[in-house]
Amino acid sequence: MKICCLVKEVPDAAVQKRLDSATKRLDRSGEKNLNPFDTHGIEAAMQIREGGVAQVDEIVAVTMGPETAVRALHKAVALGADRSVHLTDAALEGSDVCATGYALAKVLESEQPDLVLLGQQSDDGECYTIGAVVADHLKMPSLTQVIQIDVEEGKLVCERQAEYGYDTVEVDLPAVISVGDAINEPRYPSLKAIMGAKKKPLDTKATADVGIEAGQVGLDGSKTQVLAINPPPQKESGKIIEDEDTNETVEQIIAWLDERKLI
Amino acid sequence: MAGGILVYALHDDEGNFNKNSLGAISEAARLAGELGSEAAAVVVGEIGDDACAGLGAYGAKRVFRARSAPEGLAQPVVDVMAKVIGDEGFSYALFGGGLLGFEIGAGLTARLNAGVTMEVTAVKVQEGKLIAERPVLQDSAVVDVGYVGEPGIIIGRLNAFDASESAGAQAEVVDVDAQLSEWSTKARMRTRGEQRGADVNIEDAEILIGGGRGLGEKDNFKLAEELAGAMGGAVAATRAVVDAGWYPYAAQIGQTGKTVAPKLYLAVGISGAIQHKVGMQSSENIVAINKDQNAPIFEFCDLGIVGDLHKILPKLTEAIAAKRSG
Repeated sequence: MKICCLVKEVPDAAVQKRLDSATKRLDRSGEKNLNPFDTHGIEAAMQIREGGVAQVDEIVAVTMGPETAVRALHKAVALGADRSVHLTDAALEGSDVCATGYALAKVLESEQPDLVLLGQQSDDGECYTIGAVVADHLKMPSLTQVIQIDVEEGKLVCERQAEYGYDTVEVDLPAVISVGDAINEPRYPSLKAIMGAKKKPLDTKATADVGIEAGQVGLDGSKTQVLAINPPPQKESGKIIEDEDTNETVEQIIAWLDERKLI
Repeated sequence: MAGGILVYALHDDEGNFNKNSLGAISEAARLAGELGSEAAAVVVGEIGDDACAGLGAYGAKRVFRARSAPEGLAQPVVDVMAKVIGDEGFSYALFGGGLLGFEIGAGLTARLNAGVTMEVTAVKVQEGKLIAERPVLQDSAVVDVGYVGEPGIIIGRLNAFDASESAGAQAEVVDVDAQLSEWSTKARMRTRGEQRGADVNIEDAEILIGGGRGLGEKDNFKLAEELAGAMGGAVAATRAVVDAGWYPYAAQIGQTGKTVAPKLYLAVGISGAIQHKVGMQSSENIVAINKDQNAPIFEFCDLGIVGDLHKILPKLTEAIAAKRSG
């Protein structure tokens, strides 16, 4: 079995994120990191490999992004991927969900995976949708926000929470599965793995290498346009107490609740 | 029809339509009124004529029903909606908040090479076209998104659209014979809607203590339960702790759980991710205790305490119990 893990480089959680008013896109400058949700996808791949039910021949980390995204791939390799593929091309800049999903599907097509795993959302875009877009392009079944994967002959048995409770779904391989963060606790990479990550094979691909049609990606290929950026509806900011003396804090809470007749 | 809006109406195994889907139908009807077009709905599975026609009360003029397509998984619905949009020429697909709407909308994006906007909180008409408003970056900004070409796909945030019912209006029911794609049949539901853990009622409570991962471990939920006991309230939970098995599913608030609006929502160890926020932001008073001063919940609570809940909760419980008995 060959597993491809889709990963993404995102601004570090500590970076104050902002929209660039000129391009109306997320300003992605500053410290970056591997999308924390994608580490659960890599861990899920590792657990399938170690689970022994299916033989996993290869785990490949795949990303689309600028040159700097190589660091996210190194991290993915340090966490267990055997090699990585980097789709990078100026033509891809400004791609929306529709265009990004198409481009990722094309690069995955060139890898012919039996299973594609990814995190349920990116830490920056909060889209939750890429997995299902990619799956339909690849003509594969898909399920998102999966919190349990059991491998059976030629298929996966997946659990997830949907609108009415927990669903258990059988999915034939090949398939695209996005995982929720409750699925596992990603391991920490060993120092040796971190040091060795840069030595693992990394293929860099441009759009033409994987048959991406230029008109389908980038700003021109996108089907949505951000027309305006507005401030959120104003809400009066709440009162904040730093707990230094807990007895005093508790008194303040009680007074606040009492004033509003909540006790 | 030009400008027409097609809505997916999700239902449970008993055939009850989802509140967010009904809200989306009403929103589509309002927008179609402004556009001079039609709102219609898609239903899959064995739903009777009367139930389908009843969606007319929420504003659907027609209901397209695909009896042979299964409910509960996204890809068969993508097949049905892609066919209806293709045959009838709808300009937009609209989804109420929820997991399946996200998946179906995403699938349609690929199938129809269409633009998609998710987590939409409002939709407006500008120059005869729909513009979706979407909060981004932890709700610190709202972007207006327009569509290039048709159709445009709009996926609402949970509770973004309110259902409004005008009794008596009936929709025309149209049966659709949609061929399922080969890959749509490769995922099969084994069991749907399993409830895990005790059945608890949080929707009627006036005071709710919400517990999150910051409680640290399952056993620490007793801190939340003791406080709830002292205040005469109930305990609710985030998805993270429910998926981790710390608390029953019936107590879960948010995207795939319940929506509550108590007089007081006291959140302990909850960061306030959007998926949780959408289920409790209508609470009259929101109090948050969290040790991380950067937690998003401090952006929308009325009273926030930055501190260690393990120190604060026992004393708070004791003080409230003393006050109530005195």
